[in-house]
Amino acid sequence: MSTTYAVEGIDGTPATQQSRPPLNVVFEWLTTVDHKKIGLMYITYALIFLVIGGVQAVLMRIQLAVSNNHFVSPQVFNRLFTMHGTTMIFFVAMPIVFGWGNYLVPLMIGARDMAFPRLNAFSFWISAFAGLLLYFSYVGASGLYAAGSAPDVGWFAYAPLTARVFSPGHSTDYWTLAVFLSGIGSIGTCLNFATTIISMRCKGMKMSKMPLLVWLYLVMSGLVFVTISPLTAAQIMLTMDRYLGSHFFDTQAGGSAVLWMHFFWIFGHPEVYVLILPSFAIINEVVPVFSRKAIFGYPTMVAASVGIGFISTSVWAHHMFSVGMGAAANTFFVFATMVISVPTGMKIFNWLATIWGGKVIFATPMLFCIGFLFQFLIAGLTGIMLGSAPFDWQLTNSYFVVAHFHYVIVGGILFAVFAAFYYWYPKVTGRMLSETLGKWHFWLFVIGFHLTFDFMHIPGILGMPRRIYTYEASRGWDGLNMIVGIGTVFQAVGILVFVYNMVHSYFKGKEAGPDPWDAWTLEWSTSSPPPDYNFAVLPAVKSRRPLWDLKHPEDPDSDYE
Amino acid sequence: MSPFPRRRRPAYGSVGLCSGRALPLAVSCVLFSGNAAFAQSGTSIFAPAATPARSIFDLSMLVLGVTLAIFLIVGGLLLYALIRYRSRPEHSDREPAQIYGSNQIELSWTVIPILIVVTLFLSTTRVILGTQAIPKPDTAMNVTVIGHQFWWEYRYPSLGVVTANELHIPTSDPAHPTPTYLTMSSADTDHSFWVPRLAGKTDVIPNQINTMWIDPEQPGLYLGQCAQYCGAQHAKMLLRVYAQSPGEFSAWIEQQRQPAVQDFAGNPVAAEGQAVFMHNACINCHAIVGTVATGRFGPDLTHLASRDTIASGAFQNTPRNLRQWIDNPNSMKPGSLMPAMHLNDHDLDVITAYLTQLR
Amino acid sequence: MRDATTIPIESPLETPWTLPYRGTVGMACLIIAESAIFLIFVVAYIFYIGKSLTGPTPAQVLELPIFGTVCLLSSSITVHFAVAALRKSKLRAFTVWLAGTVLLGSIFLLTTAREWYHLIHDEGLTIQTNLFGTTYYSLVGLHATHVVVGLIMLSLALGFSLSGLVTEEHSEKLETLSLYWHFVDAVWIVVFTVVYVVGR
Repeated sequence: MSTTYAVEGIDGTPATQQSRPPLNVVFEWLTTVDHKKIGLMYITYALIFLVIGGVQAVLMRIQLAVSNNHFVSPQVFNRLFTMHGTTMIFFVAMPIVFGWGNYLVPLMIGARDMAFPRLNAFSFWISAFAGLLLYFSYVGASGLYAAGSAPDVGWFAYAPLTARVFSPGHSTDYWTLAVFLSGIGSIGTCLNFATTIISMRCKGMKMSKMPLLVWLYLVMSGLVFVTISPLTAAQIMLTMDRYLGSHFFDTQAGGSAVLWMHFFWIFGHPEVYVLILPSFAIINEVVPVFSRKAIFGYPTMVAASVGIGFISTSVWAHHMFSVGMGAAANTFFVFATMVISVPTGMKIFNWLATIWGGKVIFATPMLFCIGFLFQFLIAGLTGIMLGSAPFDWQLTNSYFVVAHFHYVIVGGILFAVFAAFYYWYPKVTGRMLSETLGKWHFWLFVIGFHLTFDFMHIPGILGMPRRIYTYEASRGWDGLNMIVGIGTVFQAVGILVFVYNMVHSYFKGKEAGPDPWDAWTLEWSTSSPPPDYNFAVLPAVKSRRPLWDLKHPEDPDSDYE
Repeated sequence: MSPFPRRRRPAYGSVGLCSGRALPLAVSCVLFSGNAAFAQSGTSIFAPAATPARSIFDLSMLVLGVTLAIFLIVGGLLLYALIRYRSRPEHSDREPAQIYGSNQIELSWTVIPILIVVTLFLSTTRVILGTQAIPKPDTAMNVTVIGHQFWWEYRYPSLGVVTANELHIPTSDPAHPTPTYLTMSSADTDHSFWVPRLAGKTDVIPNQINTMWIDPEQPGLYLGQCAQYCGAQHAKMLLRVYAQSPGEFSAWIEQQRQPAVQDFAGNPVAAEGQAVFMHNACINCHAIVGTVATGRFGPDLTHLASRDTIASGAFQNTPRNLRQWIDNPNSMKPGSLMPAMHLNDHDLDVITAYLTQLR
Repeated sequence: MRDATTIPIESPLETPWTLPYRGTVGMACLIIAESAIFLIFVVAYIFYIGKSLTGPTPAQVLELPIFGTVCLLSSSITVHFAVAALRKSKLRAFTVWLAGTVLLGSIFLLTTAREWYHLIHDEGLTIQTNLFGTTYYSLVGLHATHVVVGLIMLSLALGFSLSGLVTEEHSEKLETLSLYWHFVDAVWIVVFTVVYVVGR
């Protein structure tokens, strides 16, 4: 029988470069509602803050490289770890994930833009403002008590340390307001993702035919709605305590410090899943292309992702095993935490099965995916250790936890994000990134990552708590902290190579064409970069890999789905 | 029925050379190498000296064993797949067989993890109950712990002793256990009591009472520190637990129950120091039993000279350190809540001489 | 007998392709997020029931706001009729029902204002008084804020309608707005139950 494919073909038109006055260009970017430009602004913004957050990390590691060091004062150190954590979570990880989603989701579902383009722009600008507001605290927070500067209460701002009496001045308020505003931006962006994915898919793309990246952004968006809001609510309560004299977390009036912890972690735990789901999304797109095989077990991957989303809302108090919740509560949260490892493990096995029997190409995007797979596996296993409450009674609030979550965020999320850069940079710019520089970036970063974060587990086991600006010489933590610090040098150089690669390749990189990787999803059917309107004719699809069907008309995926 | 129901073109097969990524394996060796190295550190969680720490240690060995096995199997398979199925020039124009899934395989790797999870969960629950859900024996020694910014207050309610920063407890003979039960709360922000060789950490929270217990068998000094960020000097809120044989512990208690030394017949400098102390603001924050100093905001100083350290374990208790501390605490612990007392050199000398007599 | 190979297979390109209206989906997402915020305030309220160290208790000072509740819940009915009228192009009926909604919502706000005045001036209960005061004013206040925002949007729509700018084409957008209003009413049912029934 004859079958017609409405994906007309792959558009190889090279993008026309017209030179325009710089002021026009700036104005266009400032007022754009185009999802691609907004996505790129998110990504650029996140990269800038990545460098700032990285500098903060390096300063901390210098202070901790030897015992009883005096490189920075305790007050400066306490601000450094607060700002480092807040910056990396809210102004690096969230924006970069939203940026890539903004760019890719409409292209992958055959749409011309997001559902609410102006809301999209608003969400970006309010998040951007929030980041600037947080950093303004360095100069603006002195307030009446001259007891200010940047916030120093830790990124999770436990009560009652954040009460007026223990944190006078306005530094805490900068934290609260900046994170609050970024939360508004996040909810707006995810409202856009969810509506776009549900209401704007091209013809024939039923939910069961969407790329897995799109599924994961949908689950992430749902999670954001129920996860950012508790933090927003808690911050409203905190600000009321500080300024209206309310008693939500006022232990002197019978309030509960633990209530803040519950509210914060009801946000905080699903938040890390908000960050990891898009990383899974990237792996789901890149690994099949560089294994030359379809993803193994698409329906299971969808089910596992949705399952992870749901279960992640029930595990939060594994961050609170040591606060004295009692045996029953501790037991419940151990159970929920261990259960979430099942769908997570299934995803790892499915990735393994995708590679198995395939034809693995070790291009830079795939190298970063491989790093992700090993490192996320390790991170998940240390997560199981932390999920066992008694073991956690020793490990929590120590450098073991710091090592674990950096393993997930740097070894997992950041590696996936690097893979995304190397994979989609050709689509965004029309040029390939240098493979040589890419491999330098990869190996430098892998070496640095493992020097820092593998060895960081050990001081935790040896009793080193987190958030300390110095430590006794007799503890035996010196050498390990020094190695941890040395690793940061390699990572910093790796990032420099990466930035240079992106800038240099923009001007001198090889022309990419529309489909340099021989991939299968709809974004590769447009020119590189895509025209403003994405698709001249909106496509219609019949399977999960429309371009595979196009390239293999004798054996389309739709026969097998 | 084939476990691969939707196989299309046959996959090619030939074995390539080995070019492994040894990094993950080396890392795991480093991470888990030898308890010997860990046992030498005074604060290693792998050198348990009391029952709670020991039961955690036993559980942790099970968990580490299981996770290590998972890592070696899954990581090994991944490594193998990457090597075995790497792209080779002779296959550049063919796509491998597209396999979309397999219910049997996916079922097996769902069931096996579930079994592992159940095992770990049951073992964990046993330890939770064994630590948190057992009744307190009558022979327990009760100590009340109050966390402050940035020091520890210890009260022995049944023995009438109040002290600070150095916790003395009796050792516990397994045949006739005499564990020490710590009833803990905070006077200001959140803290956490963590002495790794004795037990896991338990947070010390205002308006909430948490309990934990420890029962070291061997006498000795066990170290730890505050493990919940509590402000500027969180890093120097150190813990020192002195486990003593019952005889020595009783002797220590007896000494601590005495009111402060008041007789300075042969020591006019100390006598003057006492007078200066009692006429200064010191008495608003500090208590010295038997004198007019009854402040509770700062540590009890009745037997200050009997302690090895000052400033919550941060500095050796020497006259020089003590003098500098009184003169300007922020020069030693920036952010400490004790204000500089702005005493002149003479007053500093005599007060130091006084305090060093308070054994 | 039909040969299996000749049974026509529906090609996805020929069947009509309809997806849910953007406005409804977007509003549903917003409602989920807002529900989560309210849930946290409700949890705080329930957690602190009976834990105030001093001051008036709910039983001492709270009275069931029956009249206000009836007004607010009725406004859900009126807004429903308004949207239904607009869908049938009955523009005048739409305007009348919409005006009724705004009126009933405003009456609810006034009753809340009166209640707060009484609590503050006669009973001495403020947000600073005790845990009850803290959780009561924050929860009811958060709801009232959402009522205010809804009333502003409804009044805008009413203004457009009175200027003759609203037609049947806009019925989906008005339906989206009415969804928000229904949400606000549903939240009030929860708040009413928790604060005035259970908590007293």
